[in-house]
Amino acid sequence: MTAVATVDHVSMRFREITALDDVTTVFEQDSITGLLGRNGAGKTTLMQLLTGHRVPSQGRIEVFGAAPYENDGVLSRMCFIKEGQRYPDHFRVVDALTSAAMLFPDWDADLAAGLMSDFDLPAKRPIKKLSRGMTSAVGIVIGLASRAPVTLFDEPYLGLDAVARQLFYDRLLADYAEHPRTVVLSTHLIEEIAGLLERVLLIDHGRVLLDADAESLRGSAVTVSGPGEEVRSFARQHELLHTESLGGHSRAVVRLHGTADRHAAAVHGLSVEPTSLQQLVVAMSLQTPAPPSPMRLAASDDLEEVS
Amino acid sequence: MNEDAGPIFRQVADQIENAIVDGSLAEETQAPSSNELAAFHRINPATAAKGLNQLVADGVLYKRRGVGMFVATGAREQLLKRRRSEFADQYVRPLMTEAEKLGISVRELAGMINDWEGAR
Repeated sequence: MTAVATVDHVSMRFREITALDDVTTVFEQDSITGLLGRNGAGKTTLMQLLTGHRVPSQGRIEVFGAAPYENDGVLSRMCFIKEGQRYPDHFRVVDALTSAAMLFPDWDADLAAGLMSDFDLPAKRPIKKLSRGMTSAVGIVIGLASRAPVTLFDEPYLGLDAVARQLFYDRLLADYAEHPRTVVLSTHLIEEIAGLLERVLLIDHGRVLLDADAESLRGSAVTVSGPGEEVRSFARQHELLHTESLGGHSRAVVRLHGTADRHAAAVHGLSVEPTSLQQLVVAMSLQTPAPPSPMRLAASDDLEEVS
Repeated sequence: MNEDAGPIFRQVADQIENAIVDGSLAEETQAPSSNELAAFHRINPATAAKGLNQLVADGVLYKRRGVGMFVATGAREQLLKRRRSEFADQYVRPLMTEAEKLGISVRELAGMINDWEGAR
């Protein structure tokens, strides 16, 4: 695997708010990564740094081996679809597509046309007059048809109904299979996209909680339940993420150290069930307390940079 | 695929194995490609490929260069053999656990299985 983007000890501070705190990760070429985390975790900030919209306060970001900030050679190969993407006031849908076609060297007009009809988008209508869901669909059409070697979607489904979201996932998978590229997708709808993901990057309070292969995660996290004492003694030998009790019965989400451990639990008479990615992410985010930095705001993603 | 049922590549492999065992995917016929599996199950193509490669490693499928994956001759027999050896662990163990919890003896259990067989 080749790294397309490298994030090396990156921190991003806005006045007294630390949006990203010593983040280190890589994005592999031709993979789909889910960027997960609660509101204000720092997902959008990370995407802004990757796409050169901001410069990190500390650390180094490289995409295609160079810093992305004000670097046309890098940025022309990236497409970033922001949450609630804005367009110039007078733009019709067709104008947004025309300018995207000029911006992205790998633009596929046929794919764009197909997606326009999939999402029932009216080409001549001003984007200002579109519903929220339809505006999101415009972003999805541009993101997919750009065929940019690095494509980032920041919660691209705002206002999209379940049918349209399914269409997005299906079209993304189909086009990705034919034209592999690096896709980073931030989302709260973990259950819906879990199967699409190859990598999972979970951030919380600006820090990396989890940076792993999605499949090995599915194999390692389990929910054990049974008599409270047995569950506790089993959980002590593993990484306990979350536990709940009712009466003498307990349930715990744990990360196992090896595959043989699953057997050990069964031997103890505990019931062992796989844990979904969503359950794992919730359990891990819940157990992480906010770091004791002053004036931490929940919505640091929305804050403007102070220069 | 079921998000709550462990690694997806394993589920993909299990489904293909099931099709081979029940005969709907005959030996020496072509298995679905990773892209077909990805689109059908709505999963990452790399995950689908991992499931197929697992089956290749197990000798259940083999690659024909430039064409795709095919079911190996003898694959069904091989899978049946493995599943028979896993039967006690996967089915008898939970049966016994529940029976013990309810105070059902092994003799009673054997009687139930006989009755079941007789009622069919």
